[in-house]
Amino acid sequence: MRHLGVLARIALSDEEVERLTGQLSVIVDNVAKVSEVATPDVPATSHPIPLENVFRSDVVGQMLTVEQVLQNAPDATEDRFKVTAILGEEQ
Amino acid sequence: MVKDALMDFDEALERYEPVLGFEVHVELNTETKMFSAAANPAHERNHGAAPNTLVAPVDMGLPGSLPVVNEQAVRYSISLGLALGCEIAPSSRFARKNYFYPDLGKNYQISQYDEPIAFEGQVEVELEDGTRFEIPIERAHMEEDAGKLTHMGGATGRIQGAEYSLVDYNRAGVPLVEIVTKPIYGAERRAPELAAAYVRAIRDIVIGLGISEARMERGNLRCDANVSIRPRAAAGEPAAPLGTRTETKNVNSMRSVERAVRYEIQRQAAILAAGGTITQETRHWHEDTGRTSPGRPKSDADDYRYFPEPDLLPVAPSVELIQSLRAALPEPPAVRRRRLKESWGFADIDFQGVVNAGLLNEVEATVAAGAAPAAARKWWMSEISRVANAEGVDAASLVSPASVAALQQLVDAGTLTDKLARQVLEGVIAGEGTPQEVVDARGLAVVSDDGALIAAIDEALAAQPDVLAKIRDGKVQAAGAVIGAVMKAMRGQADAARVRELVLERAAQ
Amino acid sequence: MSESTTGDLTRLTAADLAARLAAGEVSSVEATRAHLDRIAAVDGDVHAFLHVSDHALDVAADIDRRRAAGEQLGALAGVPLAIKDVLVTTDMPSTSGSKILEGFISPYDATVVARSRAAGLVPLGKTNMDEFAMGSSTEYSAYGPTHNPWDLDRIPGGSGGGSAAAVAAFEAPLALGSDTGGSIRQPAHVTGTVGMKPTYGAVSRYGAIALASSLDQVGPVSRTVLDSALLHDVIGGHDPNDATSLEDAWPSFAAAAREGATGDVLKGLKVGVIRELPDTGFQPGVAASFRASLALLEAHGAEIVEISAPHFEYGVAAYYLILPAEASSNLAKFDSVRFGLRVDVPGGTVEDVMARSREVGFGDEVKRRIILGTYALSAGYYDAYYGSAQKVRTLIQRDFDDAFAQVDVIATPSAPTTAFRLGEKVDDPIQMYLNDVTTIPVNLAGVPGISIPSGLAEEDGLPVGIQFVAPARQDARLYRVGAALEALLVDDWGGPLLDRAPRLGGNL
Ligand SMILES: [Mg+2]
Ligand SMILES: [Zn+2]
Repeated sequence: MRHLGVLARIALSDEEVERLTGQLSVIVDNVAKVSEVATPDVPATSHPIPLENVFRSDVVGQMLTVEQVLQNAPDATEDRFKVTAILGEEQ
Repeated sequence: MVKDALMDFDEALERYEPVLGFEVHVELNTETKMFSAAANPAHERNHGAAPNTLVAPVDMGLPGSLPVVNEQAVRYSISLGLALGCEIAPSSRFARKNYFYPDLGKNYQISQYDEPIAFEGQVEVELEDGTRFEIPIERAHMEEDAGKLTHMGGATGRIQGAEYSLVDYNRAGVPLVEIVTKPIYGAERRAPELAAAYVRAIRDIVIGLGISEARMERGNLRCDANVSIRPRAAAGEPAAPLGTRTETKNVNSMRSVERAVRYEIQRQAAILAAGGTITQETRHWHEDTGRTSPGRPKSDADDYRYFPEPDLLPVAPSVELIQSLRAALPEPPAVRRRRLKESWGFADIDFQGVVNAGLLNEVEATVAAGAAPAAARKWWMSEISRVANAEGVDAASLVSPASVAALQQLVDAGTLTDKLARQVLEGVIAGEGTPQEVVDARGLAVVSDDGALIAAIDEALAAQPDVLAKIRDGKVQAAGAVIGAVMKAMRGQADAARVRELVLERAAQ
Repeated sequence: MSESTTGDLTRLTAADLAARLAAGEVSSVEATRAHLDRIAAVDGDVHAFLHVSDHALDVAADIDRRRAAGEQLGALAGVPLAIKDVLVTTDMPSTSGSKILEGFISPYDATVVARSRAAGLVPLGKTNMDEFAMGSSTEYSAYGPTHNPWDLDRIPGGSGGGSAAAVAAFEAPLALGSDTGGSIRQPAHVTGTVGMKPTYGAVSRYGAIALASSLDQVGPVSRTVLDSALLHDVIGGHDPNDATSLEDAWPSFAAAAREGATGDVLKGLKVGVIRELPDTGFQPGVAASFRASLALLEAHGAEIVEISAPHFEYGVAAYYLILPAEASSNLAKFDSVRFGLRVDVPGGTVEDVMARSREVGFGDEVKRRIILGTYALSAGYYDAYYGSAQKVRTLIQRDFDDAFAQVDVIATPSAPTTAFRLGEKVDDPIQMYLNDVTTIPVNLAGVPGISIPSGLAEEDGLPVGIQFVAPARQDARLYRVGAALEALLVDDWGGPLLDRAPRLGGNL
């Protein structure tokens, strides 16, 4: 559970960890339920209405102004977003 | 930084076999980004744009924004896949790679995962001496680049010790093709050299296709080098299993790729020889120190929770599209090199010299403009390269192939001697105009008026009676002194062969 | 114009109001002011709105000016519109019911909002919803619950409880909603209103803050079928900004609704009823209302055909694997870097700040689903979890295909119960989820579904809805059939069902 909290970037209190751990069984139950019919011969449907090759032509369109980009920024300086120190490396 | 123990390279190779693998990211130079209509900073025209000025809603992950695939990026990716000898998937799709990082506007990267657009290819790579390797390609897939972080405070630009970081989303969403090799065996002691040659081969291919600016120093082309080593098997024994690999990131020049691979082989060999184990991790290359340092260990954090991108549909290129893109492919660089070498009749070493100097295009264009291949090679490899080295610039930026060809034509016509031609070239490089204009302006043409030459010769012979006597005695080589004096008097603007003829003539009278 | 006349304006359907606007009998400013007044009078009790526009009257005045200048305006020009807060707007905050987006102003408009503006509709404000559309009661809004105009102690449904309550309380004639598993149709059911979830891809999702991308669909909310059809005509159609948007040429849905209201469409119409839907799961009054509607349809020439949909019972399980998975990824962008709440952690790294901001900014239900979704996508589980659920979608689609080979539409109760009391199920998510048992398969298959009022449940006097489902792309059929049944029912009732709702605000 702590690991899930790290992956999801949500700090969890002990109480939340306990409560959520109990609820993971919901997922497990759902899996058990769908496994009854989700046999290997059934193809998966990721899009309800099948389409393919939906493209945009390579033509520059509207962009945001710097003001628009930054208008909701919790913190910004020098026309960029500002965040506190980063520990981990880039992926 | 802790200084790593390194084993001598030759010893490392005696004891261990290196196995390589590469992930090269190519930024495509489309007009717009992979999933938005924002202008693409990886296109030459948008280079150096101010921070956060090339951003559409989806690039910064604004609520409600959606991606739409750039058709041209798909075509470029297919072309690249074909140039890498890959199969093109009849249907491929995008997936989300989920991880949190401030440069990633949505906190997932749209990439291809289990269904890449291109797979199973090979690239021919040529080493400096002309040895060829086939590099097996596992896949090439489409994805988007992340934004750019600048770390402030602490050691400049380093993530460690920085107080805060600034985020610019211009680069977020730049179309990328990631090319992944299979494990590469058999490079042995040439592994470092092969690494650089592989990156060069990819660069040549994308430049040939015109799909990327391919400037490594700008990050248009980025290489992650995977290195592992394993103990050599004794004769008759099966090969050892593959060793634990490290992935060195951030290697931004071909020379660095070479150095980083060499460093990792030496570092890993030292660890194994001391009875240690290699940690599977990403490592960072440091250009300044020539070392790698450990990054993040591979761990649970690499649980990217891939799943098919529900906002996008499968890419299913038609057979006709693939055929037309295949038909439009330029000649593969390796094939082109073979063709040029043959048609120019160069010796291996001469041809390879041109290739290694990165002057193949220039020589080819100079030949196309009318110069003999040997002459074209001579100009580029000697005089022009010398100036380029001295000034620390690209040879190609100094002078155009057309000017070089025109210069050689003046030599061929006898208008210029080699020595004069070098002076003319200087003028051309200095921006004084075409070779003919420089000749005219500086008055550098060969003096072809025999009368003027004869006057100078008679004067020189009169001044050196002993020499005249020697010549008349049949000691023809003594003429050199007179020729030198005449050439000096003519300020070099005479054809030395003609002067020699005339000297012997006058001496005989 | 007198107080009493402006009061009347809020009781008009959008179609009637539009007609009077077009005829010059009332101005958009009058209509807009009437609705703003109504909001001021009743929204303290209902709490349908999170934000009321401070410039709606200016927009209305502009429409009036353009009309006076002889400009050709759209069918709904001048009609006020409420907008679910899941849709981003440039002139009002868009929070999706979450504290993490408090005060967020989008630099761009959602496509449906832009189209509504272009058609001359007058945005009144943003409506309340369960946080990030996760819920069936609007109790999970970070800004407090919306109350059902039929009984202020009861839920208005969710997630789009605000939009449904706004039209049910006559605060707006029209509203925009979004429906991932029933968020338009279930609120319609419990508030006695009409809600339509179009075919997946029929209406652009661009600018709808995503919950589950493969299930989300934007649609109209109103008091009559024709009004929903009119709004659907405005917001529907291809949008190049949404790759999943269909390029189909759509017929006029308003024309379909008008045609349906004549009643002729019921003759020979085959209405499928699902054999496997358990009678026991449904409140008696809901089941009774449903049976009465079927009888009415039959009496007017429709044929009721029992069909089998054996995989519907797997729908809820599949839904609660797909939704958290997609939501966990869609909600990752709320990290305090570019927008939204930031909670500083003294001496903390950006990772700490993100984790703390998300802990504080998200409500319990959102965190729950993100964690469940993260788990469902986590190493090694993808195929068993998300992948298997996607297979159930295929099976449910096949069920629909088989059914639609035999029938024109399928009918179900829109939800198993009438509006439950606020707080009754808030701590029982599983019970809450079962609310969507009849609506979820429709989202999984991407087909269109509409809920229209079918009456009041005997035991509690609360509204009940009937859902019609049509094959993909046959949205017009739903307006036809819905309008036909609506006409018969209103005739039976002697007036719209909402006329029986209690008067709110005391001053009307
Ligand atoms: Mg990689
Ligand atoms: Zn990559």
